[in-house]
Amino acid sequence: MSYKILVLAKQVPDTRNVGKDAMKSDGTVNRAALPAIFNPEDLNALEFALRVKDKKGDAEVIIITMGPPRAADIIREGMYRGADKGVLITDRKFAGSDTLATSYAISLAVKKLAPFDMVVAGRQAIDGDTAQVGPQVAEKLNIPQITYAEEFIGFSGKKIQVKRRLERGIEILEAEGPVLITVHSSAANCRVRNAKRVMKYKYARTEIELQEAAEDYIEMLENRPYLQIKQWSVTDLNADVSLLGLSGSPTKVKKIESVVFTQKNSTTLSSSDSDINKLIKSLISSHVIG
Amino acid sequence: MSKNIFVYCEITEEGHVADVSLELCSRGYKLAKELGVELNAIAIGNNLNNVADEVSAFGVNNLYLTEDEKLFPYLNMPHSNIVSKILKEQKADIVLFGATSIGRDLAPRVASTLKCGLTADCTSLEIGDHYVKKTDTTYKNLLYQIRPAFGGNIVATIINPDMHPQMATVREGVMKLEPLRKKIKPEVIKLDVNKYVSKSDFAISIIDRQIEAQKINIKGAQIIIAGGYGVGSKKNFGLLNQLAELLGGEVGASRAAVDAGYAEHERQIGQTGVTVRPKLYIACGISGAVQHTAGMDQSAQVISINIDEEAPISNIADYNIIGTIESVIPKMIKYYRKNSK
Ligand SMILES: Cc1cc2nc3c(=O)[nH]c(=O)nc-3n(C[C@H](O)[C@H](O)[C@H](O)COP(=O)(O)OP(=O)(O)OC[C@H]3O[C@@H](n4cnc5c(N)ncnc54)[C@H](O)[C@@H]3O)c2cc1C
Ligand SMILES: Cc1cc2nc3c(=O)[nH]c(=O)nc-3n(C[C@H](O)[C@H](O)[C@H](O)COP(=O)(O)OP(=O)(O)OC[C@H]3O[C@@H](n4cnc5c(N)ncnc54)[C@H](O)[C@@H]3O)c2cc1C
Repeated sequence: MSYKILVLAKQVPDTRNVGKDAMKSDGTVNRAALPAIFNPEDLNALEFALRVKDKKGDAEVIIITMGPPRAADIIREGMYRGADKGVLITDRKFAGSDTLATSYAISLAVKKLAPFDMVVAGRQAIDGDTAQVGPQVAEKLNIPQITYAEEFIGFSGKKIQVKRRLERGIEILEAEGPVLITVHSSAANCRVRNAKRVMKYKYARTEIELQEAAEDYIEMLENRPYLQIKQWSVTDLNADVSLLGLSGSPTKVKKIESVVFTQKNSTTLSSSDSDINKLIKSLISSHVIG
Repeated sequence: MSKNIFVYCEITEEGHVADVSLELCSRGYKLAKELGVELNAIAIGNNLNNVADEVSAFGVNNLYLTEDEKLFPYLNMPHSNIVSKILKEQKADIVLFGATSIGRDLAPRVASTLKCGLTADCTSLEIGDHYVKKTDTTYKNLLYQIRPAFGGNIVATIINPDMHPQMATVREGVMKLEPLRKKIKPEVIKLDVNKYVSKSDFAISIIDRQIEAQKINIKGAQIIIAGGYGVGSKKNFGLLNQLAELLGGEVGASRAAVDAGYAEHERQIGQTGVTVRPKLYIACGISGAVQHTAGMDQSAQVISINIDEEAPISNIADYNIIGTIESVIPKMIKYYRKNSK
């Protein structure tokens, strides 16, 4: 049977290029000013998976993403770069999920795709910034995890060998059986789009997207099943609603403050004690330092 | 409900308790005092005889040790199963981990096992109450877990009202290391490894490890104090080091400063150095040539210290302090010490 690799990928606002307009005057994030992108380390994860596929030959790479309907964009992006299929987990009931609830939902989708050989995630998403979802999905699937993977070394018999990046060096690990791997930004960059694949997959659609499509389009998709992006809701996953969204999330956000200063223009200060004292106080109170 | 506080003590390559864990013990001790509960530590590894002594200056009441040669170097499954079981048995209420390669690999797995919340990379931990209007309930003495998110652009206060334990990870250098004057000898509880791990926990094996001596890594730093030619001497760069250490940041440099021998080449920022995106960049005596700013202009906040009000760096800095390095940095150190708790 062909080797099955599931890639977890998240669509995120591009928090790395936060301009001064990224924050609204009330201190909340102005999502409209931030483009939605493929989480950077998830592209490293996709490349990792594609390299395993290249090695195995007979293998299949499936992207799983949980998010709003427009997150289907990153599934198509993944297909242009080499993924075979995609699943969009989408439902309003997932809104407000912390990492525990998110990993519960994702683990159900993974189970629905079982049997699988490997799950590959990014190390960390650049919006939530927790790096928790990968290990938590592994725990829920009751499979071992290898975090911070930097390189797919190869197979030794049935065992996969992976180099991982630590703060102060590297480790080479070997795992047998299904394993979840989180990939570090120091791993190989993702291959670029392939023109033929773009032609082939640009019409791939989820159910929601099809509702807005013309009739002949629907007919075309029926004839080309590879263009159907699976779309799963809470019901499709048979999920326990109490473990999802706000009710399934032990962590609650009590308060959010913006770090970006309200001053748009630069401020000139003297080297006087009072100026420096004031600056330090304001940096501490806005949590820039402290 | 018990209100025990636990700290996971990470064991370094050299067999010592990691600094970050001792820092967490320092914070944990204060939280325990405030709540009137005990501070507990967990250490897992091989030959842990020195651990009790190393934590004794940090107010640990009970130390849970699990020793076996299979338990060092760290492996995820055995460690997470041991930690999860201890926390369950002891009804832990607050659990702190270092936000290190190990802590960030371990804590999420433990949280998922215990079905509790986990807050990543906290920069501050406080005790406070929480009132829910809808149900008119007040939750007393919750752990406020304060953390940056969204690429450092926002700071969130996170709480776990219902499901405990409340768990958090904290980076090294965020909490202060505060040894007590009077050491407390912790009660040592040795656990039988075979009761906590099974053979299937060793599904992953380490076939090679290469651990290097501590390396300079300015790329990941949240705070960078960068010095240029205007710093004037290697000795003055020492001031930058002091400030960086205090703020938990790293020292960076312009090419002119590297060429002058003030700093190592690994610290060079710019077109021919590294590109950084910290949440705070303090440019000290740097004019702001494009080759330099190309490597730092995505920083969330820039403060420039320069004698020249018109230096090009002033165009991208949020704050321009006009003055010499020698006068400004010692004042920053002084007022940071005074204003931070
Ligand atoms: C300000 C703020 C602070 C927060 N702090 C916390 C906190 O401290 N603790 C907490 O539990 N939750 C927290 N959350 C909620 C958390 O961001 C969400 O649960 C989020 O959906 C997943 O976490 P992450 O973005 O940190 O992902 P990470 O855990 O950093 O993601 C790691 C990898 O998991 C995979 N992955 C993650 N999400 C998805 C997805 N939706 N679809 C497919 N793959 C995915 C990707 O491969 C990704 O690279 C916070 C949210 C906000 C807005
Ligand atoms: C191809 C190429 C690649 C390059 N790549 C890089 C690169 O990667 N990184 C890089 O940094 N540069 C790079 N450079 C060099 C760059 O052009 C500048 O020469 C360099 O950045 C200048 O460094 P500086 O700002 O420290 O020094 P200067 O330009 O000499 O500025 C010193 C500043 O210190 C101020 N000053 C003096 N005394 C004091 C005092 N006591 N207190 C406070 N302020 C004081 C001065 O007012 C001045 O603004 C490159 C150049 C080339 C041509």
